[in-house]
Amino acid sequence: MRVITMREAIREAMIEEMKRDERVFLMGEEVAQYDGAYKVSKGMLKMFGPKRVIDTPISELGFAAIGIGAALNGLRPIVEFMTWNFALLAADQIINTAAKMLYMSGGQFNVPIVFRGPNGFAGQLSATHSQSFESMYGHVPGLKVVSPSNPYDAKGLLKSAIRDDDPVLFMEAEILYNDKGEVPEEEYLIPIGKAKIVREGNDVTIVSFNKTMKIVLEASDELTKEGISPEVIDLRTIRPMDYETVIESIKKTNRLVIVTENWPLANVGDELTYVVQKEAFDYLDAPVRCVTTADTPAPYSPSLLQIWFPSVKKVINAAKEVLYLL
Amino acid sequence: MYEGNVTIPEAPIKGEYSKEQYWEWLEIMLRIRRFEERAQIMYMQQKIRGFLHLYIGQEAVAAGTVSASRHSDPVIAGYREHGIALARGMSSRVAMAELFGKITGCSKGKGGSMHFFDKENNLYGGFAIVGAQIGVGAGLAFAEKYKGTDNACLTFFGDGAINQGILLETLNMSKLWMLPVLFIVENNQYAMGTAVWRASALYPQGGLYKIAEPFGIPAKQVNGMIVEEVHEAISEALEFIRGGGGPYFLEILTYRYRGHSMSDPGKYRTREELEEYKKRDPIERVKKTMLLKGFATEEDFKALEQKIKEEIDDAVQFAEESPFPPPEELYTDVYVQQDYPFLED
Repeated sequence: MRVITMREAIREAMIEEMKRDERVFLMGEEVAQYDGAYKVSKGMLKMFGPKRVIDTPISELGFAAIGIGAALNGLRPIVEFMTWNFALLAADQIINTAAKMLYMSGGQFNVPIVFRGPNGFAGQLSATHSQSFESMYGHVPGLKVVSPSNPYDAKGLLKSAIRDDDPVLFMEAEILYNDKGEVPEEEYLIPIGKAKIVREGNDVTIVSFNKTMKIVLEASDELTKEGISPEVIDLRTIRPMDYETVIESIKKTNRLVIVTENWPLANVGDELTYVVQKEAFDYLDAPVRCVTTADTPAPYSPSLLQIWFPSVKKVINAAKEVLYLL
Repeated sequence: MYEGNVTIPEAPIKGEYSKEQYWEWLEIMLRIRRFEERAQIMYMQQKIRGFLHLYIGQEAVAAGTVSASRHSDPVIAGYREHGIALARGMSSRVAMAELFGKITGCSKGKGGSMHFFDKENNLYGGFAIVGAQIGVGAGLAFAEKYKGTDNACLTFFGDGAINQGILLETLNMSKLWMLPVLFIVENNQYAMGTAVWRASALYPQGGLYKIAEPFGIPAKQVNGMIVEEVHEAISEALEFIRGGGGPYFLEILTYRYRGHSMSDPGKYRTREELEEYKKRDPIERVKKTMLLKGFATEEDFKALEQKIKEEIDDAVQFAEESPFPPPEELYTDVYVQQDYPFLED
């Protein structure tokens, strides 16, 4: 099968959907003339013209609101944030307007919009440029939150997000854009809200999403070498969360480790843990473990950053601990 | 330091308006006034709860805007929006039922006073975060331009919203992209309990409308107690916008007779000030003009009062008799997706 980068996969999803539906357009900082801050939208201005690929000033709150207004009035915008860190300035529009419009209007006005951009840390960018927001936005009814880890999922999920009639937050990662993966030439969609079993195993279930999936897969290789058989699940969507797939896996493995690039308190993993202990208490043979970022802002210095972020070693240790091997 | 209230400029009325037009204005304004008065009573009887922001005193703004615009022009407003909704064509029944939290309300009882929505009448809310609707209004205008219509979005906000960052961001983008948006600040002179001159450094510069000028957006101050002036200013602005001129900004000077909300003791202004404004009441003014022009008699006014009283009585009865939303409504309208898996313990 054809191999392309995550950047290309996301671009293909946007191009295909814009060709399919005149109402879809892309707006954001540097998306047009600069070809995208991370080159995700490269060539799209040339292909669709300035009416549908629109450079915005640095006004996250304002252009998020303009996107929402356009969505209310018959269009289907894709709003790119240079990173989700900057989208905090637009949080009022995302949380108070996009998420609540359908409800407050008694079902009259839906907001078919996609907010997308890279999320989380991307090297030594220090505290304000290294945050992940799946937990925060996953908390809000009215939103859907998607956080893919590879080109195939990113393309299929983004196409579904663009066609979705509800607001979807699509969280990418700068350091995944160059990652390559198999993506078929022919069109496909992946439904929002479905996790994927990436590796089948019997001894311990390891759940993750987005860039920490790479750490989990590396840890999984190491564990396999040591004769341990992990089952790896990529959540892919945070809201709505696919509990079923995780619970079915635990019925087999009886052990769970969750790995996220989120802070520990009110982490996506906490909610998953709660549901697992409620629905599968008798199946658990060990306490659930969550490997998270440290409970601190992201540091700049490499010596600190290394211990701030979830590592292969931490994941291996957590897996061994729930197996009582450490 | 500039202090005190703004003097409302009184320009000569340019146009001649028909008897029908005056009757339309009077009926809209009177409907709003009587609706709001009754809402206040219903609030005191605890039929209406939460926050209730009344439009009394500002009726000419809604009436003059509606007569000067098209039904296909999208309208969006803040939380003091009952008057705009009624002027746009929402029925008193549906409006009152929303205040009562009933399923027959304009937003199925899920929005309340601050969230009147009416798709049929192109009313997009009802926003309760100060200024949030400004950017959304520009987005509605963006879509009109994208679709190639010559509709313009009427974006209302209060003087308090002048100081929100979203206004500057939106003024800039709407001019850059020449969006067909009419910004209308209803300056009722108080953001809750803060007099506008205490909160805006623009005030000593001549008014809030000055905020639009650096962006090259034409801006004007209008006397909002005179419906003809509102109508003329809105007409002129919309003509400019429809002609491809891009955004336009109006500061409409008005005055709210009641408090910010129902819990406002109003200690920030004097009794005399309020009485002074009531002498310039927009409804009384229109009635005087109509008598003078021979368009109506006192008897006609009494008949209209009676008609509206019956309408409001009926609206209250309708709201009273309507059911509250049933429990299953809690989970409807959160998502368009019908089978969304909500979490329940």
